[in-house]
Amino acid sequence: MFTTRKRVSAFFAALSLAGVAMLSACGGEETPVATDSPDTGTTAEETTGGEETTGGETTEGTTGDQDFSGTTLNVVAAWSGAEQSNFEQVLAAFSEQTGAEVTYTSFGDNGPTYISGQLEGGTPPNVAVVGQPALMQQLATDGHLIPLSDEIASEVEANYSQSWLDLGSVDGELYGVWFKAANKSTMWYNDDIWSEAGATPPEDWDGFLEQLGLIRDAGYAGISIGADVGWPLTDWFENVYLRTAGPEMYDQLTNHEIPWTDESVREALEVLATLFDSDLIQDGGAQRDFPTTVTEVFGASPQAGTVYEGDFVAGNITDDGNSVVGENALFFDFPSINGSAPAVVGGGDVAIQFTDDEATSALMAFLASPEAAEIWVPLGGLTSPNSGVDTSLYPDDISRQIAEALTNAESFRFDMSDLTPSAFGGTQGQGFWQEMINFYTDPTDIDGTMERLEAAAVSAYGE
Amino acid sequence: MTDTVTAPHSPRTGKRAAPSGRGRRALIIISFLAPALVVLGALVVYPIVFTLVRSFYDRGGDAFIGFQNYLTMFTNDTTFTAIRNNILWVIVAPLVCTILGLIFAVLLEKLKWKTAFRLIIFMPMAISMLAAGVIFRGLFQENPQLGAVNAGIVGIQSVFEDSSYFPGAKIREGHGVVMEQSVMVTEGEVAPGSSVNFPLTAVRQTSLPEDAAQAAPAPEAGGDQVTGTVFLDVVPGGGGEQGQIDEGKSGLPGIRVDAVTVDGDVAAHTITASDGTFTLEGLDSAQTYRIALPASNFSEGPTGVSWLSATFINAVVILAYIWIWAGFAMVMIASGLSAMDRSLQEAARMDGATEWQVFSRITAPLLTPVLLVVLVTLIINVLKIFDLVYVIPPGVSRPAANVIAVEMWTVSFGGGNDYGLGSALAILLLILVLPSMILNVKRFREERRA
Repeated sequence: MFTTRKRVSAFFAALSLAGVAMLSACGGEETPVATDSPDTGTTAEETTGGEETTGGETTEGTTGDQDFSGTTLNVVAAWSGAEQSNFEQVLAAFSEQTGAEVTYTSFGDNGPTYISGQLEGGTPPNVAVVGQPALMQQLATDGHLIPLSDEIASEVEANYSQSWLDLGSVDGELYGVWFKAANKSTMWYNDDIWSEAGATPPEDWDGFLEQLGLIRDAGYAGISIGADVGWPLTDWFENVYLRTAGPEMYDQLTNHEIPWTDESVREALEVLATLFDSDLIQDGGAQRDFPTTVTEVFGASPQAGTVYEGDFVAGNITDDGNSVVGENALFFDFPSINGSAPAVVGGGDVAIQFTDDEATSALMAFLASPEAAEIWVPLGGLTSPNSGVDTSLYPDDISRQIAEALTNAESFRFDMSDLTPSAFGGTQGQGFWQEMINFYTDPTDIDGTMERLEAAAVSAYGE
Repeated sequence: MTDTVTAPHSPRTGKRAAPSGRGRRALIIISFLAPALVVLGALVVYPIVFTLVRSFYDRGGDAFIGFQNYLTMFTNDTTFTAIRNNILWVIVAPLVCTILGLIFAVLLEKLKWKTAFRLIIFMPMAISMLAAGVIFRGLFQENPQLGAVNAGIVGIQSVFEDSSYFPGAKIREGHGVVMEQSVMVTEGEVAPGSSVNFPLTAVRQTSLPEDAAQAAPAPEAGGDQVTGTVFLDVVPGGGGEQGQIDEGKSGLPGIRVDAVTVDGDVAAHTITASDGTFTLEGLDSAQTYRIALPASNFSEGPTGVSWLSATFINAVVILAYIWIWAGFAMVMIASGLSAMDRSLQEAARMDGATEWQVFSRITAPLLTPVLLVVLVTLIINVLKIFDLVYVIPPGVSRPAANVIAVEMWTVSFGGGNDYGLGSALAILLLILVLPSMILNVKRFREERRA
């Protein structure tokens, strides 16, 4: 990987040389150009090499606001490792186009802490990419963020569906550009078992149960569910609720504007019970953790045909090594319920702007363009919510299918348990997680589940 | 103890020292005490006071709410379970550990290889609680292929039970046959001269016996016969009509078929052929029968006990604790034993006391101080139990196994972010530990005096 990186940055250094030489032909003034993030040894070397040859020959202002030579932009995000080097390629492309120097820093798991520290120190990054919509809302409300200019906003509106615009807006003002997305509405199945049973990817929930019945008849468990921890079960609920109650109700429930004792919650739980309370699921789920469910379906001796979770299951399957994603490990979209329109529950990373200057705005505009995503997409690991991205660029069919499901979804909603207070949506042994485990163990107790969820929500939302 | 420490402060010593020397003396005393006082103050007193104050504030620490957190603590279901479990722990775990330790210590004393045995029993102490938790979670997994305990149980049970050909097979509903208490049986009664088909499902193609062949329609039944076919109602790759014997559906050979009279007697029985057909002969044409496939054909064999379910979880976690700490009790008691004056036991034996009398009337009473130390140490240790309870229970039984320390962690750091309630729980834990602490300090003093 290291050598690839070196080669790639060398490639960009060479590209930038060519670009600069062309610019200099137009005649101009000075300012050295640094084209890559100087936070790694190798890149810094390449950059220095670039500076020596180009110093004093660069133009300024001739290409309008597309030349920001001499400006340095700081970008921070959670990505490290392979994701970092892929994102740095995106930033390098921006540097190459505009001449601005872009440095990248990874804050790992400490996004909120890191950013608030930088803000207190008076040195906010120019652009941050964060995974928590609540953090973006907080920062915007506190006045730390710059709303997107009309120009960028229209670019974003052209490239993103309404759900993403809503997610990127605070009080009707557009602040964020969603750069990366995760799809948690994918139902993964072992095609060996499904074809042996003669089952085919279903269209809707009833068809889904019917197909699982075929798997059961063939001697395998229809679906493997891991109820050792609560988060896979909350994802189940969110997907069903988004389909039965619709996106508006989903938002209201997320903000606890409607109680968990609402009839819409009952409806969703009743739909879930048609699966949880059936002989279609593998026995012993209460003691099975999530990685084991993937092994039960895609491992050396598969016992079940299907497993539900997000697009990251592909990684689990590859780690296990007994099945191949795209060959016998395939997925279909979470089935529609009562004719619901395509909907996706998921997550994502949003780029937000802290400083009000042209170079930063240009970077935001660049990140909003399909062009930026198309640099990373072929390298793998990026699902772009940008509908302008050419899906043929995805490195394989599965990642293309995941991305198309995302961009074609009529409604996209962020994972509800990530948006609720963590005392409710993110604590082991309590709240949403635990009540869904309890519901899994006793799917007939819908009333009790609703009451306990509401009680937990009331105490966690501090009402 | 306190007397010795505070002695320099007493006016008697002060008066004796010269005024100039007095300040110097105080300075020396302070300089000697200061490091300990600073460390104690910073690491013990300050956190306790801060926690106490914090426990009267709300989750964010902005609003003073008096005893509200303490009220929540005792009215909230999860916390209440935690307190109840802690009581269970305090009653059971230290006592069992001490008793086991006593038994091991006394019995091992008589053995030639006692050091080796002691070492083995003491060994779990060298394993971290977290690792021990992982080990026990593995041991008690429900799936016999994962959990060693259930593997043992199932292994023994299956010696006494024959394994069936088609474990877990199900009947296809709606074709005249039903499942009644794991027996597949015709819905109504059948008169001789007719045929009954049994469409089954949930048998894998890969687990079909080698001699299984394409299912054939039932042969014509004679006047004293009932015929039929037992077949797998699944076409590999899909297709076919449910309940019909189609091309690609396999017969299920080797299945026992009974003809049961109205009184419940088996009038005739047979075994299916490789194409799944069977013919029951010698039936009374004047009677009607129910045709049944007995449960033994489809028995899934013995299954394990769900050790990690809410019912047993506390027992499993406490067992893990005992496994670790019995060795500690044993070593402490054994050292007490070796320090004991043996002449009393010798004398008792000379006077004709049995071994049990020697143990219960002489050895045990002499060991009481050691036993008390062990018991009190373990009680304090058990009150703050965290690791095992955090690691062993799966999600379903987590609430059932909850203890105060885990609850404290969960509400404050594990996602709850309610530091007020967490502090209140910490104070409760402190209050619970205090009596044993006071007892311990008292006993130390008495020992010193003696």
